[in-house]
Amino acid sequence: MNRIDQRFAALKEQGRTALIPYITAGDPAPAHTAGLMHALVESGADIIELGVPFSDPMADGPVIQKACERALRHHTRLTDVFEMVREFRRGDAETPVVLMGYLNPVERFGYERFAEQAAAAGVDGVLAVDMPPEEADELAPLFKAHGLQAIFLVAPTTSRARAATICDHGEGYLYYVSLKGVTGSASLDVDAVSEQLDGLRELTELPLCVGFGIRDGASAAAVGRIADGVIVGSALVSRIAEHAEQPEQIPDALKRVLGEMRQALDA
Amino acid sequence: MTKFSDLTRLPDARGHFGPYGGRFVSETLSFALEELEKAYQSLRDDPDFQAEFDRDLATYVGRPSPLYHAERWSRQLGGAQIWLKREDLNHTGAHKVNNTIGQALLAKKSGKPRVIAETGAGQHGVATATVAARLGLQCDVYMGAEDVERQKLNVYRMRLLGANVIPVESGSRTLKDAMNEALRDWVTNVDDTFYIIGTVAGPHPYPMLVRDFNAVVGREAREQSLVQIGRLPDALVACVGGGSNAMGLFYPFVEDEDVVMYGVEAGGDGVETGRHAAPLTANAPRGVLHGNRTYLMSDEGGQVTDTHSISAGLDYPGVGPEHALWKDVGRVQYVAANDDKVLEAFRELTRMEGIMPALESAHALAHAKVLAPTMRPDQHIVVNLSGRGDKDILTVAKIDGVEF
Repeated sequence: MNRIDQRFAALKEQGRTALIPYITAGDPAPAHTAGLMHALVESGADIIELGVPFSDPMADGPVIQKACERALRHHTRLTDVFEMVREFRRGDAETPVVLMGYLNPVERFGYERFAEQAAAAGVDGVLAVDMPPEEADELAPLFKAHGLQAIFLVAPTTSRARAATICDHGEGYLYYVSLKGVTGSASLDVDAVSEQLDGLRELTELPLCVGFGIRDGASAAAVGRIADGVIVGSALVSRIAEHAEQPEQIPDALKRVLGEMRQALDA
Repeated sequence: MTKFSDLTRLPDARGHFGPYGGRFVSETLSFALEELEKAYQSLRDDPDFQAEFDRDLATYVGRPSPLYHAERWSRQLGGAQIWLKREDLNHTGAHKVNNTIGQALLAKKSGKPRVIAETGAGQHGVATATVAARLGLQCDVYMGAEDVERQKLNVYRMRLLGANVIPVESGSRTLKDAMNEALRDWVTNVDDTFYIIGTVAGPHPYPMLVRDFNAVVGREAREQSLVQIGRLPDALVACVGGGSNAMGLFYPFVEDEDVVMYGVEAGGDGVETGRHAAPLTANAPRGVLHGNRTYLMSDEGGQVTDTHSISAGLDYPGVGPEHALWKDVGRVQYVAANDDKVLEAFRELTRMEGIMPALESAHALAHAKVLAPTMRPDQHIVVNLSGRGDKDILTVAKIDGVEF
């Protein structure tokens, strides 16, 4: 069984909500990433979404755009990202790792080679933001062959028919985008999200995780009551940005943000 | 039926041109693209819609644009006869308006009160601001900060037309970054905003509908050739950035096997220097950007690389997916013209024919200049003069060391 499925099975048994932090690999520099991943686990992360930096992150707001720029100043490539995951895996064999990013680095790397090396490094799932299920024909079977799960987005604008298709193709969990906008956008309407999740539950058994607009304990707790997992990205990445020049302070800064969310979720 | 007839039946139902094209977007936009596709599918064969489009092109844009025989320049080059398809004479000064008229009609039908656009040289921005003014739509135009600087005149034109021009400071501060920012806006405001994409790129159905709206250029050129030349031309030449003017000219000739086509990309300092914007000529690897798969300039890590061109309108690392396929099947030959040759062609046409071309269009002229002497005087080349050069006067003046 894939680590992601195992983790959700365990959480279900414990009656807990998954806390899923996102950081960009190589931000503020490649040497820090594995350590930051451990720090995230220590402060309550159940799954880690590790961003693959891209020059043109069209679905991201300024916070994650800048994280990509910092990582790319160090020429962080997929091979480096795989090395970071391997390093993380030496100290943590259990926490699922999902690579999140855009398709072009994968296109350039080669689909087969990507699937093979990602799986070998200890990656469990992949979310390519600009690859809807309709465009995943070629990649999905390769993921399957290498035991990687393909994770897809569902948005407030997704029609019911499309949602059904996405649920058919999705594995691991569904990433529900809570609002129309880019990452790091401000407000999230919990009631509206709740209604959408109810609709999705009629279509799928997959865990439903909600991202975009979760910035503190209160918003995490509010979403945690209706979702199987909460995903937090920009709120963490902005802490990394603040301490980019004093990277030794980043683990504690991340722990403060994530720890508060963990507490709020478990309360 | 000719060996290229299959090309006229693309894209397929999922927006693919062979391995290229498609709809590589984040999920939030999928619905809007499906809606747009449905709306367009139902309108493209609707006689009322076509009549309205044709009427606007005739009475607002000033179509048909003439096919002009550049006799003096042809004589000097000493080979084939060069004919210019005068898209520069359109209202707003370029072919871009053909597409914005069409998309504005779609926007109007959609009932959305706001349009956005990306622009490089500013021609598409101006064309969008123009149709927005005419229809009373709110208009925001994203433009790379570097392009805002080098195309000041068009920026001011857009502002006079009531559009809000938003300089984009991220990335390379050019066209691709403007498109990133426009997509970010669209994903945020998708309920009330229609995105008027300016070239035959972007996610399906944009490459198809921008092609269809610009195909009027080639339809006219084909008819005009039959009347004025007495037969089809031997060659077509057009510049290619995203590739909308080339697509517009070429598409109605696709099945005419005997008509040779040249797409001229921005060679910048030379394709061999790496400082260019010529993904097809340079055989750039396959990649995915802005919603479609195409030839894309990127480094080994898959990061999109900076481009260089004297002309802001061609300064783009990708190219329309249909061009990518046409390269692979050999229907069109893609070549590059370097900045210095482009300037030379710009000056030559201005002096010899009294027509000042846009620097983008001067790429096509630069290749025509190479091509014509290799052909006989009884052969004919149609060059798409896709836009006028007024907007580039400051750029050329700067090169000449003239300050205003």
